[in-house]
Amino acid sequence: MSTLLQQLPDGHESYGDERQPRVGFFTDTSVCIGCKACEVACKEWNLIPQDGQEWTGHSYDNTGELNANTWRHVAFIEQEKPLRTNGDGTTALRWLMESDVCKHCTHAACLDVCPTGALFRTEYGTVVVQEDICNGCGYCVPACPFGVLDKRKLPSADSLVKQEDGRVWKCTLCYDRLKSGHEPACAKACPTQSIQFGPLDELRARADERLAKLESEGWNGAQLYLRDPDDGIGGAGAFFLLLDEPEVYGLPPDPVVTTKHLGSMWRNMARAAVVVTIAIVGACARD
Amino acid sequence: MTEVQSYYGRPVLKEPTWTWEVPTYFFSGGVAGASSVLSLSAKLFGNEELSRRALYVGAAADVVSPMLLISDLGRPERFHHMLRVFKVTSPMNVGAWVLFVNGGASTTAALLELLGILRPLKLLAELVSFLFGPPLATYTGVLVADTAIPVWHEARQELPWLFGASAAASAGAAACVFCPPAHAAPARRLAVGGVVAEGLLMHAMELRLGETGEVYHRGTAGKLSSAARALSAGGALLLARGGRRRRSAAVLGGVLVCAGELCLRFAVHHAGKQSARDPKYVVKPQRERANRDGTRATIRTA
Repeated sequence: MSTLLQQLPDGHESYGDERQPRVGFFTDTSVCIGCKACEVACKEWNLIPQDGQEWTGHSYDNTGELNANTWRHVAFIEQEKPLRTNGDGTTALRWLMESDVCKHCTHAACLDVCPTGALFRTEYGTVVVQEDICNGCGYCVPACPFGVLDKRKLPSADSLVKQEDGRVWKCTLCYDRLKSGHEPACAKACPTQSIQFGPLDELRARADERLAKLESEGWNGAQLYLRDPDDGIGGAGAFFLLLDEPEVYGLPPDPVVTTKHLGSMWRNMARAAVVVTIAIVGACARD
Repeated sequence: MTEVQSYYGRPVLKEPTWTWEVPTYFFSGGVAGASSVLSLSAKLFGNEELSRRALYVGAAADVVSPMLLISDLGRPERFHHMLRVFKVTSPMNVGAWVLFVNGGASTTAALLELLGILRPLKLLAELVSFLFGPPLATYTGVLVADTAIPVWHEARQELPWLFGASAAASAGAAACVFCPPAHAAPARRLAVGGVVAEGLLMHAMELRLGETGEVYHRGTAGKLSSAARALSAGGALLLARGGRRRRSAAVLGGVLVCAGELCLRFAVHHAGKQSARDPKYVVKPQRERANRDGTRATIRTA
């Protein structure tokens, strides 16, 4: 990590006595059945507006992506690959399902670049947008290496009135439910414990056990994604067990928080600013 | 050759939601920042004619700039939330402060110049504007580079320099439009030098970007960067050849260079959108890096 990042206080640490254990999601895609109960529970609990119905033709996925109005998204991938590597080598259709969500990164680019402080680190170590502060500048949208955040535009109520929310929205890891001692709506609704909620330490230990089990059973492509605190985002609060490479699920294979390089970018800009000044003064001096 | 896998070809990243106001602001902020420096420098070397015009051009650009930015916000009435914190990790926040100070100083100086009063205060305002001008002209390069968009982030070494050169060129060109040719020699040098430097920097940036940079030759970004090259080169040529003698050549040349610089900012803006839209620009470099150096993003063995 850059020196800039290291010097900044971890938002989570700054809570002192009010700090809660860091919580998150372990999404085990090997047991996901693609029921989309998480999508529905999330929409209901968080009062997220509908954003139209579109038939994509992409397996059972008619949601498409995470965005301002979709904070859980179940991906469906149909592929001709063996489910297990220790089998007889026959290739059958395998149907992968994965419930995607905001990663609640340890080093969150959205939070770093937010110019208003609307995005903040909660006492649970999660990343949340304050809807009364966000002014819809949109900087977090291209900063997120996972394409999670987006500006919300409400569909017009009638054709003459353009209703626009204008702010950015994303998963809050059900901040309101956490505060009253409940688990997030998606984890509560998941019927197969594909979405597991809890303290991050516990989830990581559980995920390691699960990976070891799948490995011993010879599952093809089993891997933990964003579980390692030494990866490019410092590990995620919401991490995954996948059965193929991340990009197959639409996830970046080796994401790095953009602000890792911000210190050198500022220094570089300072040099450019000095040179521009000298050039302009020089252009006048020859007069 | 790395095989690029994706989820039904869908983008990994979200396209920037910024509309035309933002690249226009990159231009106007550049004009404002570089004009602040030009104005005081010209005064320093006794060119009052040029100094005054650059002061007015800079102040006008400083008035337009925040209007553009506020108009792009999803909640324009909350624009002042930008100034409720100071955050060095947010180039947009730092930029809002820089624009606030530079804009305040240059408009104050221009107003006092117009009224012909409070000369010491005017000089102080010009000095503040001189100091905040260069950061204003270059920070927007950091602003776009500090994102996950490959064509922006991977060009982080060049973008502040490219935007700085473009700002110098457009401030020089704008001054050529308004200043009599006899007094506009520094502005012409700035416009021509800026265009040359920017051409070299654009080339260096594309060399570094490799395949990631191909968006500058495709679609809207491709058309805009061709237009930027043609307009600014044509304008610079006109300024260099006829700008000294003929006012008409100075005005036309200045307008052409400014149009070219505006196109350049739009080219960078659209290159970013195109870079986000195609998952290969995100997946391929990351997959190659992971295959070459290993990655901690995935763990395969418990």
